[in-house]
Parts: sequence; structure tokens; C-alpha cells
Amino acid sequence: MYKLVLCWRYLRTRYIAIASIISVTLGVATMIVVNAVMSGFSNEMHKRLHGILSDIVVESVNINGIDDVEPMKKEIQRLVGDDLHGITTVVHVPAVLSFQYRQEYITRHVNLIGIDDKTHAAVSEFGQYLLHPNNRKQLSFALPNGGYLTHDLLADSNVRERTQLKNAGWPYRRYRVESEREYRRQIEQTKRIQPQQLTEGVPGTAAVTSGKVPTDPLSSPVEGVPLDPYSQHLEEQVFDPLHDQHTGIILGFSMASVRNRSDDGMIEDNFFCLPGDDVRVTLPSSGSPPKPIHESFTIVDFYESKMSEYDSSFAFVPLRRLQELRGMIDPVTGAAAVTSIQLKLRDGVTLSTVRDKLRARFPVDQFPVRIQTWRDMQGPLLAAVRMETTILNILLFLIIAVAGFGILATFFMIVVEKTRDVGILKSLGAPSSGIMSIFLTYGFSLGLAGSGVGMVLGLAFVANINEIAAALEWCTGHEVFDPTVYYFHKIPTIINAFTISWIVFGAILIAVMASVLPALRAARLHPVEALRYE
Amino acid sequence: MSSSMESVSLQNIAPGQHAAVRKAHGDMSGNWKTHLTTPRATLLETSHLKKSYHRGQVEIQVLNDVNLQIKENDWTSIVGQSGSGKSTLLHLLGTLDAPDQGAIHFEGNRIDDLPSRSRDILRNRHFGMIFQFYHLLPELNTLENVLTPLMISSGVLSYWLQKRHYTDRAKALLEHVGLGHRMKHLPRELSGGEMQRAAIARSLIAEPRVLLADEPTGNLDRKTGDDILEILRTLNRRENLTIVMVTHDDAVAGQADRIVRLAEGRVQEIT
Repeated sequence: MYKLVLCWRYLRTRYIAIASIISVTLGVATMIVVNAVMSGFSNEMHKRLHGILSDIVVESVNINGIDDVEPMKKEIQRLVGDDLHGITTVVHVPAVLSFQYRQEYITRHVNLIGIDDKTHAAVSEFGQYLLHPNNRKQLSFALPNGGYLTHDLLADSNVRERTQLKNAGWPYRRYRVESEREYRRQIEQTKRIQPQQLTEGVPGTAAVTSGKVPTDPLSSPVEGVPLDPYSQHLEEQVFDPLHDQHTGIILGFSMASVRNRSDDGMIEDNFFCLPGDDVRVTLPSSGSPPKPIHESFTIVDFYESKMSEYDSSFAFVPLRRLQELRGMIDPVTGAAAVTSIQLKLRDGVTLSTVRDKLRARFPVDQFPVRIQTWRDMQGPLLAAVRMETTILNILLFLIIAVAGFGILATFFMIVVEKTRDVGILKSLGAPSSGIMSIFLTYGFSLGLAGSGVGMVLGLAFVANINEIAAALEWCTGHEVFDPTVYYFHKIPTIINAFTISWIVFGAILIAVMASVLPALRAARLHPVEALRYE
Repeated sequence: MSSSMESVSLQNIAPGQHAAVRKAHGDMSGNWKTHLTTPRATLLETSHLKKSYHRGQVEIQVLNDVNLQIKENDWTSIVGQSGSGKSTLLHLLGTLDAPDQGAIHFEGNRIDDLPSRSRDILRNRHFGMIFQFYHLLPELNTLENVLTPLMISSGVLSYWLQKRHYTDRAKALLEHVGLGHRMKHLPRELSGGEMQRAAIARSLIAEPRVLLADEPTGNLDRKTGDDILEILRTLNRRENLTIVMVTHDDAVAGQADRIVRLAEGRVQEIT
């Protein structure tokens, strides 16, 4: 009983000890905040990685793909059985994409992915990252007549509405084609009236005088000779961009736009191209050696997963069209080749078990395929995040360990100060274990109080992390969390009860451990010497 | 005596029991209490007690072959000059320290070689101690200081179950020593005499067999010292409490039934 009473009195009267636990409080709060943010980021990353990668991917090691995929698909369906939720075939191929923006061509490397619009939704959450509501429900490569989402669904009020998307689709395409035709008509008219005045002394007008209008070659297949050599396709002889579209393509959002912060502090997306614009894609044919194939596509939607790597490099086209273009369809048998088969398993199925079963059935020496789970494919990235979290936790726990040394020093001071009290207690019959218990209970109480307050502070911080970030931005004038970098508008956080438990337990343990040595010293004091201590 | 046996015998005596009850209980629970029925029996006894301290390389012999008997219900004063070993003798009697040689017996049982835990119980239940500098715990108020020995001997649950009973006893003792109006005061708010009276109340709360007093008036003025001596006298005469008091003041020592004079670590004279 005396242990609790004295411990409580020491807690109430020894403010230096209270001060020493502030570092425990801060350490615990920091660890909770960091772990919550790291978990949030990690979870967002997992969601997006998994959202596009499906559960298991059977991937050809050859860019020409798996020649006759149907027997393999059937064998996979037989092997996986009821655990299979969905299966689809995909063609991946590196390609170069170019489009015109303000009188110049922008060319980019892309991962061109041919997907089956009927079955792809069954293996991934691809649809939920598209900007057109109809495509979110059922994917289609036909250009919609407007109706794109103009608000970033994961954004807050700091992100400006994407007004450019309001009329995207057919309205934008018709407006653009008509504007270009009107522009050309005016140029022609001007040329007929005063050709001499226009050309004399004006640099860069040679093209005008020669009758070749420097406008979008993609949109001038009928009138005059097109400047773009790629547009000499038979189909384009009858192609009217006012009413027709090329094969649809879905572009990664970051490929078609750039995110900036405007002068008024609002975040805005500026687009290089919109749904309704045409792009040119150059891709390698199947077979050896590969030959370049040029094809026009019409942008029908954007893909915005918030994963920078995906949004800036992925472009999706219809699987069948890509197979045709690359020559992946056998003209005799009609069998189509694919570069990968993607599987979605039912919830609760262990991915690695199914993967191992497939690997056993399709050994690498007989089948040139790589069979991986989505975690295997993103292994280095996931491992890097795990390692980062671990190192951060170790570093932050060192803060609490430092706090432990503070408690140790404070406790030694208190034991010295309380030497005579220890003598008194021993003269009254208190055992050494009881004396030790006083200081251990004291350490435990400080650890409990420090980590308890730290936990409350940490949780409160996490709950209001975006408001705190905004306040810090307001105070310092520097952006704490730049959405133009992370493509998240809010700092993602996840509170994990187990993590909080071990942080609090660890902090208490450190506080108790720090009080062991001073407590032992107090317990070993000789009662007579302690009573004489001044 | 084994530690477990002693532990049982000591713990069976609940603090606060009347002395007669305790004696009766003692007769049944341990052989060291069997002779309590004998009037004026030897309560504490030292034989050939030696104790030395080391100050650096120098050994200082503090007690040298001290033989002493403390009779039950006696008030014994131990006097001597500074350094004569009187406080050391008191600490040995109270099991706060262990002798280098010799033996100490309490109620016929050797206590100097008991395990540490048994000596703790002995101090808590059977020895009351008061000191020159009072030695009250500064964080606790007067009432709590008096209750401390009971808090030490009781577990949390048993203390809470008997808290009212214990508190009533402590209040009665404080009233008895004239501190009824100072129960909630912290030690720093009390005068020297009041603190010593609180210390006396604390030493009596467990109804000890013997009160060991180390210079109880050494830090008090004459009038206050006399008051403290009067309290001790009353305890000795009316409650038959055995008192062993260390003092360097012959006038104070003269209040006792017996005076043991120490010089250079030996018993020089017993009067």
C-alpha cells in the first residue's frame, strides 16, 4: 500500500520527473503519426498496384507473346478451379505516342496495353480509375458525347474544377475540327486576295505561299496533301474526323496533363490533349525482326490511378485491334497470341499457393512464361517501403530510448534525494523489494502517463493531420504536403491498433527498464547509512 | 528459527491487537514468546557483541564484547560520549545493522542472523523506533506518517478493508500525544516537538514489544524534551512498554530505570 501512496506522492511533487517524460510523450506521438502516415501511403500504394495488376500474372518472356493462348487458358481454369474469379488476356508492348500541342508534337514513350473490354473488369479495378462514368460501369472504346467527371474525386477544395473536360468527347472534337477547317478556309481566302502582301518580308511564311498550310496533319486527311507521312492510310481516304473516330485509346492522366499550383494557391490540371483528340502510336510488330507500325487512335478517356508511374506511362487500347496491328493473329487458324494472362482469385485464396501450382504445371524450361503474384511483381517497391518503415521505427524508437536515459538520470537524482526516506522506510520494516517496487511503479507510472498522453496527442494529430499541414503551410509559407507531387489531396493515414499497442507497450517498457537501476540502488541502500545521509 | 516459521508467527499477530491478545497469541504461535508470561523476563540480550567500521584502510572498533540484557517493561538508557558506540548498539538491537561477532537474542531467539525479510518483519511488528531527527516522510501528512508501518505490513486489499479501523487507531494515538489538531499537516508544517510526537505515535501504531529511541530529545529544547520524556514515561509506566533509549545527556538518562554507560565500545557501568 505504501508503495502506491508514495509513488502517487512522488508523481505529484516531483515535477522534474514529469518533465523527463515529455520526451516519451513526443516519441510515442511521433511514432504513432509516422506509422499512421506510412500505413496510409502504403495502403494507397497497395490499392493502386493491386488495382491494375490483378492477382496473378502469367507473362510471356517474349514480346511476341504466347502463340496459342486458349489451351493454356483452359488448363489454368482447370487447375485453379473454383478459386478463380476472373481471367483475361492482355497484350503489353512498348510504343511511342505522339500528339500535337500548340503547333508542335509531343512524343512520349508508353506502355501500350491491349485489354479485352468484356473481361478486363473481372480481374482488376481498372474501371474505377477512368474519368467517364459510363466507362466506370462498362468499359467502351467509343468516344462519348461529353459527360466526363470534371472533379478530382480524391481532391479537396484546393483543386480547381477541370473545366476543359466539360465539353470533352464529341463536342470538343467537332468544335476542334470545325475550327481548324474554318482557319484553313480563312488562310486560303487571304491567300487568294493578297498573296504578295502576305509573303513579302514576313519570315516563316514559305509554307503558306507554297499552298501548304502548317496545321494539324492528323486532321487534314482529305484537303490537300497531308504533312504527316503516317496519315497516308487507305482508311483515311474516307475518314471524316467530324463524324468518325479512330480506334479508341485511354491515356494515363499524367501523360495528357500537368499539375500546377496557380498564383491563388489553387491546384489545377492543364491538359495537352483531351478526349476527342487524335494521337499517333508507333509500335513494334510481332515476329522477327520487328517492324514499326504506325496507327492513329482517338483519345476516349483518361486513366487516373494516382500512381505516378502508371498515370504517366500507361495507354490502353482494344486487345483485338492491337493483336491485328501487330500481326499476332494466325491467318490460317485465327488463333490470337497474347503477352500475358491475368487471373483474379476469390477472396481469401492464398496467392502464392495458386502461383506455385501454376509454376509446377508450366515449368519455365517448357513454357517461356513468368508466373508471378502482384506482390512478386512489385516486390522491390513493397520491400523498399517496408524497409523504410522499419528504419523509421528504429530511429524513432531511439528517441524514446534517449527519453529512457533521461528518466534514468532523473531517477538517480530522485533516489539520491530520497536516500533518507529509504532509510526511514527500511527502519519501519519495508523490505528491499518494496523499496524497489516504489521506484519501478514510479517508472511504470511515468511511462504510462507519457505514452498515454503521447498516444492521445498522436491520435489527435493523425485525426487532424491535414488541418495541421494547412496551418503549417500558412505559418511557414512552405508547402508541407504538395499534392502536385504526390497526386494525393489529403495525407492518407491508417490507425492500426496493434501498432499503437506495441508503441505504447515499448515506451512503458523503456520507462520501467530505465528505472530498474535507480530502483536497485535504492533497494540496496544500507538503512543506517541511508538514515545518516545528509 | 527458519524464516518461514518466523514469518507465520509474526504475521499472525495483527497490528492493533491488544497486548494481552498478542501475548496469548504469541504463546501459541512461536517458541520465542513462551516466556512472556514470566514477569520481568529478558526481552533483548546481547552477548559478546563486536562491531567495527572501516574508514579507508583504518578499522575502527565501535563495539567490543558488549554483553547486555534488556528486561521486559524496563526503561533502559544507554549513555556515553560521542563515538562510544551507543547508536551503533541501538541499530544492532533494532536489526538495522548486523554485528561482526556475537549474538543478539529477542525473547530468547537469536535475531542477528535472521534473513533480511524476517528482520524487516521484526522491525515492522515488534520494534518501534524514534530518532533524533524524527525521520518523518516529507510527502505524507502526520496521519499518513503514523499509518506507514501498517501500510507496510498490509497488502492493498487488506489495508483498504481495515482502513477505518487503522485510521481510528492512528487518530487515537495522535490525540494521545497531543497532535489531534495536526493530523493533516505535513512534517514541514510541524515544530520539532510535534514531529517527535508524531514519530512516537508512528512507532506505537503496530503495538511493538520494545521502543528503541535514539537521542529522542537531542534536537529539542529543554521544555519540549521534557514533554517527550513524559510521554515515554507514561508509555513505560502505564502501558508497560519496554524502552531502550540512547542519549548523551545524563539528566535525560536519569529518567530511566537502568543506565548502561558505554565507553570505547565496552559496557563500562550498569546502574
